[in-house]
Amino acid sequence: MFDLYWTTARTAVMVQLQYRMANYFYMIGMIAEPIIYLVVWSTIAAAQGGEVGGYTPGAFAAYYIVWTLVRNMNIVFTPYGWEWRIKHGELSAALLRPVHPLHFDIAYFAGWKFVVILLWLPLAGLLALLFPPTLHPTWLEVVVFCVAIWGAYLIRTMFLWLLGMVTFWTTRVSALYELYFACELLLSGRLVPMALLPAWARELAWFLPFQWTFGFPIEALVGQLTPHELLLGLAMQLLWILVGLGLVQLVWRAGVRRYGAVGG
Amino acid sequence: MADAAISVAELRKIYQVPEREAGLRAALRSLVRRRVREVPAVAGVSFTIAPGEIVGFLGPNGAGKTTTLKMLAGLLHPTDGEARVLGYQPYRRDYAYLRQMTLVMGNRNQLQWDLPALDSFELQRAIYRIPQTEFRATRDAFIDLMDVGAIVSKPVRNLSLGERMKMEIIGALLHRPKILFLDEPTIGLDVTMQRRIRSFIAAYNQRYAATVMLTSHYMADVEALCQRVIVIHHGRVRYDGPLAGLVDRFAAYRQLEVSLAEPADLSHYGEVVAANGVHVTLRVAKAEASRVSARLLNEQAVADLTIEEPPIDDVIEQVFAT
Repeated sequence: MFDLYWTTARTAVMVQLQYRMANYFYMIGMIAEPIIYLVVWSTIAAAQGGEVGGYTPGAFAAYYIVWTLVRNMNIVFTPYGWEWRIKHGELSAALLRPVHPLHFDIAYFAGWKFVVILLWLPLAGLLALLFPPTLHPTWLEVVVFCVAIWGAYLIRTMFLWLLGMVTFWTTRVSALYELYFACELLLSGRLVPMALLPAWARELAWFLPFQWTFGFPIEALVGQLTPHELLLGLAMQLLWILVGLGLVQLVWRAGVRRYGAVGG
Repeated sequence: MADAAISVAELRKIYQVPEREAGLRAALRSLVRRRVREVPAVAGVSFTIAPGEIVGFLGPNGAGKTTTLKMLAGLLHPTDGEARVLGYQPYRRDYAYLRQMTLVMGNRNQLQWDLPALDSFELQRAIYRIPQTEFRATRDAFIDLMDVGAIVSKPVRNLSLGERMKMEIIGALLHRPKILFLDEPTIGLDVTMQRRIRSFIAAYNQRYAATVMLTSHYMADVEALCQRVIVIHHGRVRYDGPLAGLVDRFAAYRQLEVSLAEPADLSHYGEVVAANGVHVTLRVAKAEASRVSARLLNEQAVADLTIEEPPIDDVIEQVFAT
């Protein structure tokens, strides 16, 4: 299995390097979102005497610069891709291989991440020059962050696979996707750091997978999490990966039965 | 047949197709009452194929060929009946089974568009867990057989349709499957490419004793590769036997190639298909062929006369028309 992961990831790196300029422009386009959040929150912080909910402009800069990497790590095979995959017969080809397509997706997008990280470094440097971050992580925080971004990647892979598999039953499910993405935006730490959410929203988010894909990895590096909170966060990520994997297996079996019944 | 590579008994596939009339009213009605129609794509097909056989699976569009192949490959769950390939039930898609078969369809794309085919072959090696030495030997042998050594390092997007199809077939066979389901492998290719792919399939079959089921609308493919054909129409087997037997059974006419000493009108002997001076091609009913030949020899100054089978394309058309 290691050989499959290694070869698939290497293939993804080769393919994505062919598209390095497209990837770069995509990443440049993507940083518009955190820059808007950063400018808005920094302005509010300045207006409120230098900080909002414990976040200074430097802390916001650190949060949203790390955000750009975490966002890129969170790019996985989307439900829209699933529609395309079924429509163009790609799923049939995948079903004929003696390996679960989930392995292929995890390996392929993992390979893509290495290209993304490489391209991200100069962008992060530029952002740090424009918006000086306050960032003093400990070694433990760095190690937990490095694990947590891959944990986030796996959680999001599982849940977007679940959403994507809805296309086994119906062809147009974009409204459902949009609902999921809206919940994720609000309850993950993507739009606003979790610490700035109302208490009820933080409590609700604790029982959902979203914050473990955005807020937790970012705060692991830039926040003030205790070692206990860091390890608890990794444990929660593991839990959500396992929950997601179990659900993926269940829905996959039913979905493939349905696919085999109605035609590939 | 206990040792059959492929064994199919009363295999059926019925699709549920949503149906509604045109217009706004029908669209609104379909919100509360959805109508579906049952379409039998395969309506009870039975056959067995021995290991190492190459069988042509023929039929017009919509006859049920691709549906049958998809059921045998494990992509579709049969509605009823039994299918066994190498002893496996295909719809279970056991990995042990998938490692021993391949399905090549015209639209299948297992190649990485932006990379040379060699990189896609490497991915196939990892997917099928092919040992390195075996992989290299097979890959190099196939590259030689297909004569693609000069283009195997070019990005796939820069290859022609025929070149891509060659690469697809190599990629699909690197794991040396024992069962090949080939659905229109030469579709859209020029004659030279078709010939090269045909000879590759024949060589693969000989070298690895692989069992092949081939669908094609090009009779040249069938004539070159298949001793046996199964003809399917409206989801049922109409003929299963030697290619030559198909002509005997379904050809309703014979062609008489007549060379005359001097030009003459032969239209009262049969349908004149072609006339070029003293050379005339006549089409006559199969039962009449001997009698018309005897009459021609008695009544005309015939220099030469041969009775020929009609072209196989015409025979197949005849089968589908019945």
